[in-house]
Amino acid sequence: MITLTLNGLDVSVEEGTTLLEAARFLGFPIPTLCHRDGLSPYGACRLCVVEIGEGPKAALVSSCTYPAEEGLKVRTASSRVRRARLMVLELLLASCPQSKTIQDLASAHGVRQQRFRQEQEDCILCGLCVRMCEEQMMAKAIGFRGRGQTRSIGTPFDIKSDVCRQCGGCMYICPACQLRCTYTEPEKAICGACANLAPPCIAQDPFDDMMCYMDPCVACEIARDD
Amino acid sequence: MTQAAAEPDLRGAPPGDEVDPEQIRRIVEKHREDRGGSIAVLQDIQTLHGYLPEDALRMVAEETGRSLVDIYGAATFYRSLTLQPRGRHLIRACLGTACHVRGAPRVVEEFERQLGVKAGETTSDKEFTLETVNCLGACALGPIVVADGHYFCNVRKFGVADILEKARRGVDETRPEDDETVFPLEVNCPRCNHSLMDRGAPVDGRPSIRVTVDFRNVLSPVNLSSLYGSFHSAGGAEIPQGAVCEFFCPHCHGRLGGPSRCTECGAPMIPMVVRGGGMVQVCARRGCFGHRLDLDGVNA
Repeated sequence: MITLTLNGLDVSVEEGTTLLEAARFLGFPIPTLCHRDGLSPYGACRLCVVEIGEGPKAALVSSCTYPAEEGLKVRTASSRVRRARLMVLELLLASCPQSKTIQDLASAHGVRQQRFRQEQEDCILCGLCVRMCEEQMMAKAIGFRGRGQTRSIGTPFDIKSDVCRQCGGCMYICPACQLRCTYTEPEKAICGACANLAPPCIAQDPFDDMMCYMDPCVACEIARDD
Repeated sequence: MTQAAAEPDLRGAPPGDEVDPEQIRRIVEKHREDRGGSIAVLQDIQTLHGYLPEDALRMVAEETGRSLVDIYGAATFYRSLTLQPRGRHLIRACLGTACHVRGAPRVVEEFERQLGVKAGETTSDKEFTLETVNCLGACALGPIVVADGHYFCNVRKFGVADILEKARRGVDETRPEDDETVFPLEVNCPRCNHSLMDRGAPVDGRPSIRVTVDFRNVLSPVNLSSLYGSFHSAGGAEIPQGAVCEFFCPHCHGRLGGPSRCTECGAPMIPMVVRGGGMVQVCARRGCFGHRLDLDGVNA
């Protein structure tokens, strides 16, 4: 067992526990976008930053990838951490304004506007779908491509992958995906594709069997220019 | 003037659309030991085809047992790997900070104007590909332009036409009149003393040295450049790089060979008699640049 101080509270956790797991276990909320139980930690979204150490040596680290250390002093919501989180949220809003998940998170943290150049991306490169495809679906149909500004996620050569079974796991798990549809729960259906408050597909009869995310939505006939 | 035809001109090889599964397999096999050697594999394929054909990537994924996503991810991550077919000649102009302040943008503009393409594109006749890079690590010599692996330094706008002309002619072409370390030799067989010179099949624009090469019991005539310092040859295309061959005189059919070993790679050296006195020895390994000239006591 490892003993550390979390927000002034002395706690013991199993060796190998990450700071995020420890904090959540003890009930300290830490927001994340790229972390899911069952998928390997990745540290992409940087929303889960926490401050470790004290004084001039204090540092911000991503709690989802940082293992608990003996005697570590962790603060999950210091002013520095909150400032960093708000900045991350503003940047996420700047790149992916349509994402319901990001909007909700921003709203919960009191971010009402962002000050950066507005983009209209539909991916924050969190890698959840890539890990979902590889680790849970054992398919490895999608992955990261390119780098820097042109980094993107998709199948090799942008054509239908031989190993994709169209399980839809990637779209299910995506926090930003516009094609996501909560198809099994009509009352919660949010069709990011057409941004309709009342998606027309709900009215159709075999709603449960539609699996809307498998193909471009017929109802809204989204015109994807790429 | 070794047996080694330097690298076969791979850029000029068939525009590379045909992917030979056997070749890919051989490349993968070569890098089987190095852990995670997929980058080395991709580099070799790129050398072979000039770019990375889709089929080749699929074959690599199959052969290595890795997923296509990983291979494709690596292939798209690195600047030096490309999925787009390139022209026969590759011009890379540096636009790094040092080159930039020394006027590289004007040089790139001039290349774009003369070739009629933008950076990153290939001319319609598939002759030239123009690329910009962010640093070549020789900032003091900037602006730097690399044409087919040959570095040109302190490039000015008016030097662009010259670089293109050199690339068109082949930057590796050896010209004895320009280079003092390159000079022609005439050689005879050390066994029958018959001249080995072949005027009918010039290499580097000069009479070549004709020998018979035995690789895995297949005899083939090979013509070597008679320029000491040039590594060009013609024939023997089926002999893979790095293979050690036996050399025979085409006239007396005697085996050419001596006791000495190449200082570069340890393969046997092939001696030939230099007309006017002396011996020249070349390495029997294809692709090795080991050679030695003894002119009557003077070691060159």
